[in-house]
Amino acid sequence: MTRVLIVDDHALFRAGVRAELGRRVEVVGEADGVEAAVAAIAELAPDVVLLDVHMPGGGGVEVIRRSAGSAPGVRFLALSVSDAPDDVIAVIRAGARGYVTKTISADELVEAIERVADGDAVFSPRLAGFVLDAFSREPARPAAAAPPRPAAAEAGADDASGDLDQLTAREREVLRHIARGYLYKEVALRLGISTKTVEAHVSAVLRKLQLSNRHELSRWAVERRLLDDEG
Amino acid sequence: MTTAVHRPPLRRLPDEGSLAGVCVGLARHLGVDVRYVQAGFVVLTVFGGIGFAVYALAWALLPAVHTKPPEQRREWTARGGFARELAGLALLGAAGLLALRQLGFWFDDTLLWPLALAGAGAALIWRQAEEAAAWTPAELRHPLQGIRDRMRAERGADGRRTALGVTLIGLSALLLLRETGALRQVGNALGGIVVLAFAVGLIFGPYLARLARSLADERAERIRSQERAEVAAHLHDSVLQTLALIQKRSEDPREVASLARRQERELRNWLQERPAQPAGASLAAALEEVAGEVEQLHGVPIEVVTVGDRPLDERLSALVQAAREALHNAAKFAGSAKVDLYAEVTAARVEVFVRDRGVGFDPAAMPADRRGVRESIVGRMERHGGRATITAAPGAGTEVELTMELLPDREFPDTPRNAGSPTWSSEGEAR
Repeated sequence: MTRVLIVDDHALFRAGVRAELGRRVEVVGEADGVEAAVAAIAELAPDVVLLDVHMPGGGGVEVIRRSAGSAPGVRFLALSVSDAPDDVIAVIRAGARGYVTKTISADELVEAIERVADGDAVFSPRLAGFVLDAFSREPARPAAAAPPRPAAAEAGADDASGDLDQLTAREREVLRHIARGYLYKEVALRLGISTKTVEAHVSAVLRKLQLSNRHELSRWAVERRLLDDEG
Repeated sequence: MTTAVHRPPLRRLPDEGSLAGVCVGLARHLGVDVRYVQAGFVVLTVFGGIGFAVYALAWALLPAVHTKPPEQRREWTARGGFARELAGLALLGAAGLLALRQLGFWFDDTLLWPLALAGAGAALIWRQAEEAAAWTPAELRHPLQGIRDRMRAERGADGRRTALGVTLIGLSALLLLRETGALRQVGNALGGIVVLAFAVGLIFGPYLARLARSLADERAERIRSQERAEVAAHLHDSVLQTLALIQKRSEDPREVASLARRQERELRNWLQERPAQPAGASLAAALEEVAGEVEQLHGVPIEVVTVGDRPLDERLSALVQAAREALHNAAKFAGSAKVDLYAEVTAARVEVFVRDRGVGFDPAAMPADRRGVRESIVGRMERHGGRATITAAPGAGTEVELTMELLPDREFPDTPRNAGSPTWSSEGEAR
């Protein structure tokens, strides 16, 4: 059974999630803040951390950053009431494998946890929408030109990031279906591919989301980090 | 002059005059050509100097009325404007001095240059200070830093003006001292002044600093409390009301969920500082709006995801109405726990998907009297040059797909127009 750690600064919410998950996953612990979460992750080594995006002291992003060294195998699923793109993108870029909103149903949450535990990515319709939005502007208008990149010095890296900056037609199609509210297996059925292939596409998008230097993504991430430093 | 003529009030019109707008304002008020007024001032100034005094008084006392928006106002620092301002000021100064001499208030010609220079410099600096932005609390708290930052920011034409003003005044002081032979004594006097200023600074400095700080603090506190009042007012109007409603209706879970959802939507918009955008402003705002309405009506949560946006026009309004009808059907008949709405705007088309996971139906067996679908969705889309596709099967939910091709923009004149739909091309001409 999947071992889960619940990190949220609201006790009421932790209790609610624990009750909802019931016996379908093994909840190995709870943490109510960044410090406690980092310590619990190092000690318990859970399979999946259900991570609140907004917490005092840096929030989910900080937990992921500080746990990267101590617990490399742990996977993070961000859970938030916020649907602001900068919050969501920042936590994904920090390393979370997925993002769901707190209004998600219990069944869907269990499914999302298991998917993340298997190493796959979990996108809510809204996150799929953000990603499409962030990746939609540039390729359509080659004349409007890519934002100036550090040219010659990074020419080698540039090739790689050129791929990272765009979605393939298939990835776009998969994301569009997720945004429309289709589950992975429904997407697979409609596109005539296997669920595994859908998962592979979503994971590829997640990778691009984390590694791409696209202006929109870095801007969101930077704005988020500035806020954290102030708070 | 007849009394029937409507006279504009006596004002200074700095945007229209050559110097400070006094003559133009006066001319408007009197209803005569501005050149007569200007000539009158020149004559009055040359003979007796009264013209100068009147002009200076009018400049100082008449309220200025800007007749142009700020971005169209005369650029003082533009080539010619600045020089003209300088020339005007110099002439005024000379006129004033001549007037004084004429009237017998004349001390010594040695004072002429220092006074003229100081006058010009002071005019430049005072004008500058008058136009500069008000000081922020942070700047008031650290005045020295504020001055430094402002100097840095003013490195452009404004900065040059300030520097020129300072130089002129300094020069005039030096000239004055040399003329009066006081330059030698200045050494002693300067020492005295410095010592005195230092002493005064030691005595009153802390008080002054404290005063400045209190003023800034007070202002910051006022801003904070205003903000707090605004937040409190908002929470009171929205969240507290909703919580009260929820307590009253606690026996009806569907209603409670709907209330909570509506409040959540509203609070979220407020937090993200998406001001209550008029639903007519853009496609995304309009879709959010109709989704909110339907959700409220039927108590079924609707998840709205939009990619891209566009200002609303007649065709997109029709699209929104069709989407509303689709949402309505999904919420009312499908019995689905939630409805997804996804809208994507690209350069070429707008697509809207409304999907539920409810009972579904067999489109082929759709009764002819289901006007909702036939007329309000399919018919409406076709009338506006779009199309609607309904994918449904009993037990597998329903998806309504609305597509509206956009007219090629002017940037892409080569794109051939899709002549598939007659309504579309005729509308294209009309727009």
